[in-house]
Amino acid sequence: MNVIRSEWTKFRSLRSSVYTALLTVAIAVGMGMLISSGQARGYLEATPEERASFDPTNLSLGACFYLAQLAIGVLGVLSVTSEYATGMIRTSLAFVPRRGMFLAAKAVVYGGAAFVLGQVAAFAAYFSGQAMLAEGGAPHTSLGDPFVLRAVAGTGLWLTGVALIGVALGVLLRATAGAFAVLVAVTLVLPLVAGLLPEWFGRWWPTMAGLSVTNVVPNPDLLGPWQGMGLYWSCVAALLGVALAVLRRRDV
Amino acid sequence: MAIGGRYVCRKRTEAHRDRPIRADSVLRMSVRIEARGLTKQYGHTLAVDDLSFTVEPGRVTGFLGPNGAGKSTTMRMILGLDAPTRGTVTVGGRRYGELRAPAHEVGALLDARAVHPGRTAFHHLLALAQSNGIAAARVHEVLELVGLSAAARRRAGGFSLGMNQRLGVAAALLGDPPVLMFDEPVNGLDPEGIRWIRELMRGFAAEGRTVLVSSHLMSEMALTADHLVVIGRGRLVADSGLEEFLRSTAEQEMLVRAADPDAFARLLTASGGSVRRGDGDALLVSELDGAAIGKLAAFHGMPLSELAPHRVSLEDAFMELTRESVEYRAGAR
Ligand SMILES: Nc1ncnc2c1ncn2[C@@H]1O[C@H](COP(=O)(O)OP(=O)(O)O)[C@@H](O)[C@H]1O
Ligand SMILES: [Mg+2]
Repeated sequence: MNVIRSEWTKFRSLRSSVYTALLTVAIAVGMGMLISSGQARGYLEATPEERASFDPTNLSLGACFYLAQLAIGVLGVLSVTSEYATGMIRTSLAFVPRRGMFLAAKAVVYGGAAFVLGQVAAFAAYFSGQAMLAEGGAPHTSLGDPFVLRAVAGTGLWLTGVALIGVALGVLLRATAGAFAVLVAVTLVLPLVAGLLPEWFGRWWPTMAGLSVTNVVPNPDLLGPWQGMGLYWSCVAALLGVALAVLRRRDV
Repeated sequence: MAIGGRYVCRKRTEAHRDRPIRADSVLRMSVRIEARGLTKQYGHTLAVDDLSFTVEPGRVTGFLGPNGAGKSTTMRMILGLDAPTRGTVTVGGRRYGELRAPAHEVGALLDARAVHPGRTAFHHLLALAQSNGIAAARVHEVLELVGLSAAARRRAGGFSLGMNQRLGVAAALLGDPPVLMFDEPVNGLDPEGIRWIRELMRGFAAEGRTVLVSSHLMSEMALTADHLVVIGRGRLVADSGLEEFLRSTAEQEMLVRAADPDAFARLLTASGGSVRRGDGDALLVSELDGAAIGKLAAFHGMPLSELAPHRVSLEDAFMELTRESVEYRAGAR
C-alpha cells in the first residue's frame, strides 16, 4: 500500500502526466469526430454489402485504438524509462528493494490511471462519434443496443492493457525510444499491415484479438470477444511476468 | 490525551531544530556494514575483488580509491542494487534486500543528479517517504534541515548541483537512519557546499551513526575521515585509522642524486634499501637513512650532488599505494 501511494505521488506530480491525459481524451474526441464524419459520408456512397458490415460503434472507437492508445502507451513506457533515464531508478529501488512490489505498484497505479483515462476516452469518443454519424445521416447506435456498452467499455479495458505493455517494455528495454518503438510496432504497425499478412496473424495477434470485443457487427475473421480478451490479457500478464523476472535478476 | 499528544509533538520539533536528527533511533542500535569476500564481475571486468571490511558506527569511514577502483560498485552492492558475484555484504547483520523499510536503516546518496527534473523537491521526497511509510511532516523537516524549504515547490530541473546535493541528503535523512552512505559527495561542489557536506558527515558520526563516504581524493579524506578503507582495482589496499595510514604512507624517503644513478641504485639495493626513480636522475630511497646512504657513497667513492629528505605528498603516497596494489596483482614486479 505504501509503495502504491508513492507511485501515485510520482504519477500525479508530473505535469507531463496531466498533459498526456488531456492529449489522450483530445485525440479520442477530435480524431473520433473526424473519422466518424468521414465514414458517414462514405456510408452514403457505399454498396449494399459494404453497408451490411458498417459498424458505427466500432468506427467511432477507432480513434481510441489507433491513436489515443499511443498517448496511453507513452504513459506506461515513461513510468519506467524516465526512472532509468534520470537514474532515479536506483533511489527508487534502494527505498523499495522488493522489486516485485515495485513493479506491482507501478502496474496498479499506471494501469489504474490508464483504465480511468481509457474509459473516459472511449465513452467520449463513442458519444461524439455517434453524434457525427447521426448528423451525417448514417446509422448510429446507442449504449442500450446489444453489445454496444461491451464494445465501448472493452475499448477502455484494451487501453489499460496497452499501458501495462508499456510498463513491461519499459522495464525490459529501459530506454524510452526503444520501448516506445516496440510498443508502436506491437499495437499499431503490425495490426495496420495485418491485411498483407496471412489471415491467421490477424486472428491470433494478441493486441488485435483484444480488440475483437469492439465489433458490434461480428467479424468472422477475428476471435470471439471473450476468447480475444482472454488471449490479450494472458499475453499482457505474461509480458509483465517476464519483465518482473528480468527486473529481479538484473543489476540496476 | 490531546494535550499530551501535542506536547510530544512540540518536543520533537524542538529537538529537530537543535540537532538534525532524532538521536533515539541511533542510540538504540549501532549498526555496522560488513563486507565479506565481496566480489563483482562485469563481463571481463573484475570491478570488486574479494573485498572484506567492516564499517563501524560513530566515525566517518572514508572509502578511498582512484577512479574505477570499485567504490560505486561496492556501494551499489551494499544497497542491493547490484548482486555480488561472490561474497556477501550486510547492514546490521541483514542483507539489504531483507529490509522492509530500508530508509529507516540506511540513507544513501549515490548520484545527486538522479532526480526527475519535472518533479518538485517536495514531491520527489514525498514519493520516497511514502514508499517507506514516512509521514509528509518529515519531508518538511528534512527540507528545513538541508536548507531547501524555500525551494520545496520548485522543480528539481532548475536546481544547481549544490541544491541537488542537498535534496539527495534530504532523501537520505528521511528515515533518520543509523547508517549513512555518500558516493563522492563533494564532486563538483563549490567550497561552501564542500564544507557543508564535511560538517554534516562529522556531525552524523558524532551522533553515533555509521558513516561511509567515498572519494578518489586523499586530501579530502584527510579532512573528513577518522578511518580509511582504501581500495585499488577492486582489492583492499589498507583498512586503518587515518593517523596510522598517514604515518605509514608518508614515511620518509631520501632523495639522492648520484653521479652514476644506476650503479648507485644497485649498491643501495644491495645494502637493503628500497629504491625508486624520482624526477630526472634522482633516486628515492626508503629503508635507509641519510647517514647510511652517505656512508655507502663515501665507501664506494660515489660523488653525490644531493642528499635530502623527500617529503611525499598525501596524494603521491596514495597513488603509490594503489598503483603498487595493481602492479603486484599483475605480477609485473
Ligand atoms: N554496470 C557496469 N557494467 C560494466 N562495468 C562496470 C559497471 N559498473 C562499473 N563497471 C566497471 O567496474 C570498475 C569499477 O567501477 P566503479 O565501481 O564505478 O569505480 P569507482 O566508483 O571507484 O570509480 C570500472 O572498471 C568500471 O568500468
Ligand atoms: Mg564512482
